[in-house]
Amino acid sequence: MVIKRGVYIFCTLESKLLIHLAMPTFTLKINGNKHTVEADMDTPLLWILRDHLDLLGTKYGCGIGQCGACTVHVNGNAVRSCLLQVSQAEGMKITTIEGLSEDADHPVQKAWLEHDVYQCGYCQSGQIMSAAALLENNPNPSDEDIDAAMNGNICRCGTYVRIKQAIKTASKL
Amino acid sequence: MTKIKTQYNRRSFLKISAAAGGGMLIGFSWFTGCTSDKKIKETVAIPKEWFEINGYIKIGDTGMVTIYSPNPEIGQNVRTSMPMIVAEELDVDWNNVVVEQAPLNTGIYQNQFAGGSLSIRLSWNALRMAGATGRRMLLEAAAKEWGVAVSDLSVAKGIIKEINGERSIGYGAIASKAVGIEIPEEVELKDIHDFELIGTSKKNVEGEKIVTGKPMYGLDFKREGMQLAMIQHPPAFGMKLKDFNEEEIKAMPGVKDAFTIDITVEDPAWCDEKGFLQLIALVGDSTWQLMKAKKAIKANWEKASELENSEMHTNLLETALVSGTVKDSRKDGDPDDAFSKAVKVIERSYSSPFLPHNTLEPMNFFANVTDSSAELIGPTQTPEALETSVSKLLGLPIEDITVNMTRIGGGFGRRLYVHFGVEAAAISKKIGAPVKIIYTREDDMTQGTYRPAYQLVYKAGLDESNNLVAFSVKGAGLPEGSVFKDRFPAGTVDNYLAENINVETNVTTGAWRAPRSHFTAGAEQAFLDEVAELAGKDPIDFRLELFDRAINKPVGEKNEYEPERYAGVLKLVKEKSNWGETKPGIYRGVAAYFCHHSYVAQVVDVAMENGKPKVKKVWCAVDCGIVINPDGAENIIQGGVIDGIGHAMYSQLTFENGTPNETNFDRYQLIRHSQAPEAIEVYFVDSDVDPTGLGEPGLPPVVGALANAIYQATGQRLYKQPFANNMAMEKVVG
Repeated sequence: MVIKRGVYIFCTLESKLLIHLAMPTFTLKINGNKHTVEADMDTPLLWILRDHLDLLGTKYGCGIGQCGACTVHVNGNAVRSCLLQVSQAEGMKITTIEGLSEDADHPVQKAWLEHDVYQCGYCQSGQIMSAAALLENNPNPSDEDIDAAMNGNICRCGTYVRIKQAIKTASKL
Repeated sequence: MTKIKTQYNRRSFLKISAAAGGGMLIGFSWFTGCTSDKKIKETVAIPKEWFEINGYIKIGDTGMVTIYSPNPEIGQNVRTSMPMIVAEELDVDWNNVVVEQAPLNTGIYQNQFAGGSLSIRLSWNALRMAGATGRRMLLEAAAKEWGVAVSDLSVAKGIIKEINGERSIGYGAIASKAVGIEIPEEVELKDIHDFELIGTSKKNVEGEKIVTGKPMYGLDFKREGMQLAMIQHPPAFGMKLKDFNEEEIKAMPGVKDAFTIDITVEDPAWCDEKGFLQLIALVGDSTWQLMKAKKAIKANWEKASELENSEMHTNLLETALVSGTVKDSRKDGDPDDAFSKAVKVIERSYSSPFLPHNTLEPMNFFANVTDSSAELIGPTQTPEALETSVSKLLGLPIEDITVNMTRIGGGFGRRLYVHFGVEAAAISKKIGAPVKIIYTREDDMTQGTYRPAYQLVYKAGLDESNNLVAFSVKGAGLPEGSVFKDRFPAGTVDNYLAENINVETNVTTGAWRAPRSHFTAGAEQAFLDEVAELAGKDPIDFRLELFDRAINKPVGEKNEYEPERYAGVLKLVKEKSNWGETKPGIYRGVAAYFCHHSYVAQVVDVAMENGKPKVKKVWCAVDCGIVINPDGAENIIQGGVIDGIGHAMYSQLTFENGTPNETNFDRYQLIRHSQAPEAIEVYFVDSDVDPTGLGEPGLPPVVGALANAIYQATGQRLYKQPFANNMAMEKVVG
């Protein structure tokens, strides 16, 4: 099959005319490694990470950029990977929770462990990625700065108080 | 504080149950070995050989200990606290313990479910016995080896020592010999005052995996050859599927198959609750392509029953409260007469909407069904119920079905219901391959087992001395009223009436964190605040007076609560919050509630910021018996507070023609960082009582304390949830 981005290939299958979207390939820089994936060009980065690359720490929660569970770093900024299409992610420096540190020793991870922040834990990859991006750009955030940076990350279990404490601890590490 | 005695005396002997006795099993761990923990690598070497001591304990030749945690982990942290109880009685160094999730095994364990705040409460004895049995067998093995009596030996942190001798041996070195030891018929438990591990704060055993994003959840589960599946349900409660554009969907990129499934089972149990039994199923290997194909479904739906809307729900409840048939009631004295003679009478009505659970991990499950077996893996709060339903659906004997539990991205009652696992089984059977079903957020929010919609009417009568002489509460709910007729203030007032009315709906409902209490507590505690105000009494003093009555001269015989402990948490929160102290710009409310056998009192501080109430701080006093892991327990109470505040303030699910209007987090508001309290202090009553519920009791009272604080701040009483609807609050979205 000819693979060229965005090209529609018409073919017949069982005597029915179908429009088949050919699968283009994309090269992504994730956690310092290059990955080549074949996927529909509108595939959100979230599903590239989860379905194609087995980087399962980035979570699906809403698919519309409202819950923050899928937060990753793109060129150093916290980005909802469910809204970033794979075609837009090429050439960017992407970091996921798996690439945040070698051995759970990023200051935010250490602070999270110290405060035993999590309950179910499902949202915490996204919370940690948002917090790490915040501290990268603002090493000593006020309560208001924390709220503003973290409001896009829902924690259904209600660990917000501990998250705020942990961010303050991380800012001192 | 009063110390309350446990049921056990200093030396408690318990008969060994099957659980603590024999039984081999293989725990469930995938992707990440349990020994990846840094902590473990630093303290003890990875064993070459493991020895099964009983269904809970496996000891390695190096002294590393594996403890199986039997119940589902939904964030309540039982995967840490349950093994802590075993480790306490086993007398092993917590640093040498690794934890594995046990599979469903009704032959070894009982009560393998996460619901009703019951995990620790129901398994307390079994977990202690399991540890104590292991300890006894290891001691007997050492005694036999050395030719001495067990009474000549002592043990601490996994090292057995001769009391009057030089010899010592670690559990790891003697474990192989313990396997052959006969299981004792009864076993001695520790005196609770000798606990060294229970009552100390231990970190979540999976913390490191959580902060590094290790795959642990059902949605993360993968297996070679596994297909993905999505479903489409009818757009409205009251509608059912007629047909859909099957061939077009099958021809879409990434779709391997499309068909309908029917998950109707014979004699459905409560856990089979589901509004839609006939569903469209799509199978493929790309989540995104399936999501796109799902959007291309063109189906014909037909009306099967009434298409309800929220206005109709409100009217149904209001009508029921006036003329509905009372299903369940309690009457003490002569309330009608007492109200007619009362000097002051106050009546108030309260309501709350349907609410979805919205666990952040949407529903999903893995199933691998063959002609002769079914393997189920995923997030369920009720593995045994799932097994039963799948057995009914497939006609397979229970013995041929296995269920393994992944870590669960939130429960709140949603995963007590098993349909998504049954759907996975139906799809796997149809395609003859292993499959993982995934719900989109919209699927999850629009076909829930929702918290029911409720209304309550409270009425109180005071005499000339401002004593409470008459009290009544009447509740109606879709589908059941929320009144607990034997709870406070039953027992504290001579003339009392409690009534429940059920109203039918085709919207599917179910248990939602602290069922019925989540609404009743807030309404009752807000109402009592008004009654105290009418009586000219401090709200805490007013409640304490009522508890005095229940202590000294209780009315009726069937009062669910212990008034001393109820009063105890109120006094504790009064002391810790410096109740009575005034701070400029800070407005306070108080509430207390009993549910799940635990007592929680809370004080909420509210400030007005930009004309809107903002919760600054919450104080909690909790009596849940013995606390296993204080920091974990504090976390759960803090979560309950935020959960309670969030849903009472902001959340609602409304219906139009049977269709939920809120389908995702853009229109459905969950509480966010900026809306959470700045601090939540939690104090536990020092108690000798066996552990009671903890996962749910932190939520209900805060709703009342919040309403009472907002009244102090604004002068406005809040009767309808979500409160923000009454206050022109700004919506905060991501």
